[in-house]
Amino acid sequence: MATQAQAVRMALHYGEENLGVTDIFGEDVGAPLGGVFTCTQGLKTAWNAPLDERGIIGTALGIAYAGGRAVAEIQFCDYIFNCIDLLKLCGNVHWSSAGAYCVPLTVMTPVGAGIHGSMYHSHSFESMMTHVQGWKVVMPSNPLDTYGMLIAAMKEPNPVMVLLPKALMRTKGEEPIPGEPDDEKELNARINAPVGVDRTNWRPRWPDGLTDYTVPFGVARVRREGRNATVVSYGRHLNLCVQAADELSAEGLTFDVIDLRTLYPFDLPTVKASVEKTGRLLVVNEDTEVTNFGEHVLRRAIDEAFYSLEVPPRLLAGLDVPGVGLAWGYEQYSVPQAADVKAAMRAMATATT
Amino acid sequence: MAPSDDTAPADARTWGEPVTDALKLRLHDAMVQARLIEETMIRMMRTGHGYFWIGGPGEEAWGVPLGLLVHKGTGPAHDFLHLHYRSSAIVLAMGAQPIDLLRQMRSTVTDPYSMGRNFVNHFAIRHWNIVPVTPTIETQYVSAPGTAWVQRRFGGIGVSIVNGGDAGTAEGDFASCLNWSTRPGQELPVLILIAQNNWGISTPAHQVQSSADLAQRAGGYGIPHRVVDGNDPIATYEALREALAWCRYERKPFCLQGNVARLYGHSSSSGALRHEEPDCVATFEARLVRESTLTEATARAVWDRWQTHIHAALEQVKTEPMPEREHVMLHVLAPAGSQN
Repeated sequence: MATQAQAVRMALHYGEENLGVTDIFGEDVGAPLGGVFTCTQGLKTAWNAPLDERGIIGTALGIAYAGGRAVAEIQFCDYIFNCIDLLKLCGNVHWSSAGAYCVPLTVMTPVGAGIHGSMYHSHSFESMMTHVQGWKVVMPSNPLDTYGMLIAAMKEPNPVMVLLPKALMRTKGEEPIPGEPDDEKELNARINAPVGVDRTNWRPRWPDGLTDYTVPFGVARVRREGRNATVVSYGRHLNLCVQAADELSAEGLTFDVIDLRTLYPFDLPTVKASVEKTGRLLVVNEDTEVTNFGEHVLRRAIDEAFYSLEVPPRLLAGLDVPGVGLAWGYEQYSVPQAADVKAAMRAMATATT
Repeated sequence: MAPSDDTAPADARTWGEPVTDALKLRLHDAMVQARLIEETMIRMMRTGHGYFWIGGPGEEAWGVPLGLLVHKGTGPAHDFLHLHYRSSAIVLAMGAQPIDLLRQMRSTVTDPYSMGRNFVNHFAIRHWNIVPVTPTIETQYVSAPGTAWVQRRFGGIGVSIVNGGDAGTAEGDFASCLNWSTRPGQELPVLILIAQNNWGISTPAHQVQSSADLAQRAGGYGIPHRVVDGNDPIATYEALREALAWCRYERKPFCLQGNVARLYGHSSSSGALRHEEPDCVATFEARLVRESTLTEATARAVWDRWQTHIHAALEQVKTEPMPEREHVMLHVLAPAGSQN
């Protein structure tokens, strides 16, 4: 099975061959490194940008104005904050120009904790990004969705922010990407740049059968079905929720585990239908808890399904601290861990009315 | 400016018509038009026909020559313009209709640039490659390398022109523009313009700028640069013509600073009162009369003609509808299939 990084690479390859992608760029995105997580190795339109995040977003916007289609990377979302007004500009171009211009642009950036990244390689960004209007915002939880949502992004006439959980970059999925070789070793040999040797003459041998597999925006996926509570998550923590649901089935508790996949626009009908069925809602993510995107999900669920709720809905999120500290304890005790997720799900499922 | 590529189009090196009496009269006509539009819009603000005014009276000698030299059109074969909010003279000289500026000033739904959403002089004209103007003073400097990058790949003679004020050069995006335009072997055809009016809102330049020659910063990136009297439309025209020829032919950046006046202050926030600074329209008109290119009577006729035209346009705009509830959510997201 392909890793998330390989899924990104194959999707971008498909995009530059079939979807009109003209430029894939960012810091260390081009040869020889091909991205700090190897997501852009071997891509023919990949190039290295100056270490200038505003320059990256601004140039990508200009490329869009001129009819090109860029996929720009900000190496870690922790370094995107100086671009907020440019992100706002990308998002308001279509509205402010009364529809004259659009901004077909994909930005991808690694997010979240889980790799001992300390204060400037562990941040989450979805709560802030979903507050920048005019963008579509996605966060995949597995390689197949990563591929499919990137394909969707590269077809979009609007700017799309693809938030990639960095802790998942090297994890494999449970479902193959259409067209990837059955043999994992063959895939690695084909598209992973050699390590420790000169890569000057290395070229990938892309799988022949990659497809237009697309995950449409705004469509969630129910990863587990149950009756005791609804759990809404995305990205890295979605997998922790699935794991907890599987473990809690031994206690006789079952859950609807919903992978939102798209955060803006998010799939309210699927969430609402599930809450109406279970009467209980837990939202899980790792962003800090104040003005957290999960609060928006809770509010919409309350608006739409208030009389179906049997107990107060809850949000399990990161503590409201300035950053994720490097030492083991800081991350363990500020970012929800597997045990925290399991405990919160059990508590939600068993709370008395 | 020795040519380095004999395969470049022949007209790149001689872009723009030479200065003739006919051209001087076109410059004068367009400058008068731009001045009257701006002064009309200031009056609109004062009489309740607009919420806010910001614009470029005093920069006519800087803007009109550029407007006449732009390679107008759509797509990378033509020039892209990344402007700021003092660029009315540029856009009017390109052929924008005065009534459309008045529509944006009054925030009517018929405003073709923003449907009543943005301040006046915030243009967005796709068929002329004028990308949306924003109230930020610097972001245009960092989007210009993007269009130029596409133009570099496309070939031809189209360039990206970015215009900003001296205050905007304090932002990092100005440095980004210089840096991204000069990556070795990947130089970009960007004409980087600085309108030096010596003010940043209420802050005088001498308090925050170590040198009045801001263009010299481009020299640190190997970009040819110069300063021109932006109150002199002929000197500006010649300088722009030369700079554009460089960008078009060499496919490399050039930085040109024009020293200009700010005749009515920063915006209506500071009262939009007339200041004692050089008036480029009056000076140029006197020069043309002195040279016998223009008579006082014909000059007066130019002012009268545009005044009549603008008055009629204003009366029309006063009758046009304003945005309503149904307009708010239009164009939040582009529909599938949209493209630039």
